[in-house]
Amino acid sequence: MDVAYFDLLISVLGSTIRLSIPLLFTALAGLFSERAGIFDIGLEGKMLAAAFASAVAAYGTGSPWIGLLAGVGVSVAFSLVHGFASITNRGNQIVSGVAINFVTAGLTAVLGNAWFSQGGRTPPLGASARFGEIVLPGAEAARDMGVIGHFYANVISGHNILTYLAFAAVPLSWWILYRTRFGLRLRAVGENPGAVDTAGISVTWLRYRATICAGILCGFSGTYLAVAQSASFITNMSAGKGYIALAALIFAKWRPVPIMLSCLLFGFLDAFANFMQGKKVPGIGEVPVQIFQALPYILTCILLAGFIGVANAPKAGGVPYVKER
Amino acid sequence: MSSLPAIELKGIDKKFGAVHANKTIDLTVAKGSIHGIIGENGAGKSTLMSILYGFYQADSGEIRVNGQPVHIKDSQAAIAAGIGMVHQHFMLVENFSVLENIMLGAEGGALLSKGVSHTRSALKRLEEDYGLEVDPDAIIEELPVGLQQRVEILKALYRGADILILDEPTGVLTPAEADHLFKILGMLRDQGKTILLITHKLREIMAITDTVSVMRRGEMVATRTTSQTTVEELAELMVGRRVLLHVDKGEANPGAIVLSVKNLTVKDGRGVTMVDNVSFDVRAGEIVGIAGVAGNGQSELLEALSGIRKPHAGEILIDGKPIDKVDPARLRELGLAHIPEDRHHMGLVLKFDEAENSILGYHRDARYGRGPMLDLKAVEKDAIAKIEKYDIRPPNPHLKTANFSGGNQQKIVVAREIERDPRLMLVGQPTRGVDVGAIEFIHRRIISMRDAGKAILLVSVELDEIRSLSDRILVMFAGHIVGEKTADAGEQTLGLMMAGIAA
Repeated sequence: MDVAYFDLLISVLGSTIRLSIPLLFTALAGLFSERAGIFDIGLEGKMLAAAFASAVAAYGTGSPWIGLLAGVGVSVAFSLVHGFASITNRGNQIVSGVAINFVTAGLTAVLGNAWFSQGGRTPPLGASARFGEIVLPGAEAARDMGVIGHFYANVISGHNILTYLAFAAVPLSWWILYRTRFGLRLRAVGENPGAVDTAGISVTWLRYRATICAGILCGFSGTYLAVAQSASFITNMSAGKGYIALAALIFAKWRPVPIMLSCLLFGFLDAFANFMQGKKVPGIGEVPVQIFQALPYILTCILLAGFIGVANAPKAGGVPYVKER
Repeated sequence: MSSLPAIELKGIDKKFGAVHANKTIDLTVAKGSIHGIIGENGAGKSTLMSILYGFYQADSGEIRVNGQPVHIKDSQAAIAAGIGMVHQHFMLVENFSVLENIMLGAEGGALLSKGVSHTRSALKRLEEDYGLEVDPDAIIEELPVGLQQRVEILKALYRGADILILDEPTGVLTPAEADHLFKILGMLRDQGKTILLITHKLREIMAITDTVSVMRRGEMVATRTTSQTTVEELAELMVGRRVLLHVDKGEANPGAIVLSVKNLTVKDGRGVTMVDNVSFDVRAGEIVGIAGVAGNGQSELLEALSGIRKPHAGEILIDGKPIDKVDPARLRELGLAHIPEDRHHMGLVLKFDEAENSILGYHRDARYGRGPMLDLKAVEKDAIAKIEKYDIRPPNPHLKTANFSGGNQQKIVVAREIERDPRLMLVGQPTRGVDVGAIEFIHRRIISMRDAGKAILLVSVELDEIRSLSDRILVMFAGHIVGEKTADAGEQTLGLMMAGIAA
């Protein structure tokens, strides 16, 4: 009995990791953009565009790496559009982001259907065109070596390369933000662009670089969806993950390590919802799966409503920088 | 030691659309001096300094620093030329430490670690050289304003500034902090730094500068050695005509009681009692001044009287009748007008056109339209009439209110309230952040309202203003009215009462 429960837990944790990765990349993307004062509601759209581009490129070339390159390229292109609208032309950042979400949702479906005539899907990718699972050294041997070995073999090991990159991106983001000149300036421009400008630094160029960082990370998350987690692009496959990532970002108060934890939490809730599908809850009976699927959103609302205290958003967030008083 | 001037400006010219902000300005600033630049709000001082600091580009003209012609295309170039600036609104990142703020833009490498230790030791050296102590690890938003300003000065010095521009540095400081700043500036000058002080306060110019240049409507009208000029001369140069620094007024003719306050108690949003059992009357044809240090209940008193805040206890009577409900619109119908203390938050909607603001609160009047529709022609005509009568500049009823200078914004509020011909006026801080010319104008209007038999309650933290306008002075301290004096009461007496020491 105990062993069965333990196996279940391991399996839920394994899928927690898989479901957290797109959130993690995307929330880190939001981190770079929003810490620089550019609200990025278009994370969802960039992720979707990247998923489509990576699936097409991986299918065309047979290489997941070229898929990744295409995903990142397209996502960065969209973040430059966002930058052009909201930095250069000082447009409304929310409107620009929403526009990107609409454009990508439509464009990916239309192009997918036009090119492959499979209802917006891209053709399935063969194993060599995907990021495969990596078995960490000693995982096979560890599988039977007690709790830790089991955990190592089934939760830590056996993911694709992007998963490990996502976790590596957390300390890397922290290091960039808090230990480099670029990070210091990026955080400053999100709080008081005037301070950056008077220090002789270009606010525009700095903010563009921040949105490019966001584009790169969204490229990774989209590629993960289509070329690692699945084996093709499916219409609207991002399915609101960009918004959940945004919630995780706010929930974590715009800090890298808490972002990882909140993404894992949301991933866990998602995995738990999948696991509970069709199962009876003791004493209640079968609970509609939608309840579990709604949990991350409900939790975000509750936690934001007061349990995490004031979410100190970057002060200059959403405000285009204008030199004049 | 060369005798070349630290800064020479020749023929600097700058236009913003139709506004000619700087008209062929010449200016010479001697090395190692404190040079004041004074002028009314909107005279072009800040624009000129922004050009010097590379924030704007001049349309034409030449800048020389230490005799060398320089092209200052951005702030980086200004810093390289040895110019540092302390902005009116601090350019600090509030949730950063002092150290991080000072490093920003001068990090000394792509990684921070080396720069941090370097900045830390440089900061220590600056502290020792200039006596500018501040904890490098303190977070900016936790520091008092005076120290935040010190960080701004340190920022400039850390970048090797020899020429320091301070834009309205005392606007946010308490008098004690301002005095301390002047001491620091004096010391920096003695160490060979050149200081440019932008201000519209004559007192500061007289107290600290060696030389003073006066700007008026975009032109540099005069430069004087401070020791050889007077406050009166400077005021006249600023405004372009002789200014009355005291107000001429005749005897008051108090009539019937218009406003009567009985045992009024008001609590603020946190539930703290701010006005405690206060009673007084204001009669027709007199100005009653309420003196007090800011935060002693004057604001809450005004809010209660104007119907913005519900009193906790007590009675407010207008013409002997208790007011029936707490509602600013209802009070206005009873003949009350209110010039709020803070024009930005309560008096105006800065994003609106001038004309819209000049009817705000009276927009339901039949003369501005019928039913739900506004008669825009009537509104515009009314606005133009007010602009002419109150000399509001620029005379454009469709200009966004935020683009008017402080003095002109205040005139918009004053015109709106006075032109309603109220019987009772509540006047809060009528000349805060307003230039000399507008102060004089507003004071005259208030006096003429009194002479026309209106009852006026004046609240101001400027004791001079209270003393020169009021017929009777009530002193507020900690929510109580601690005493009443006549207008000729000495500054000392009132000062002690305001501090809660004497009654």
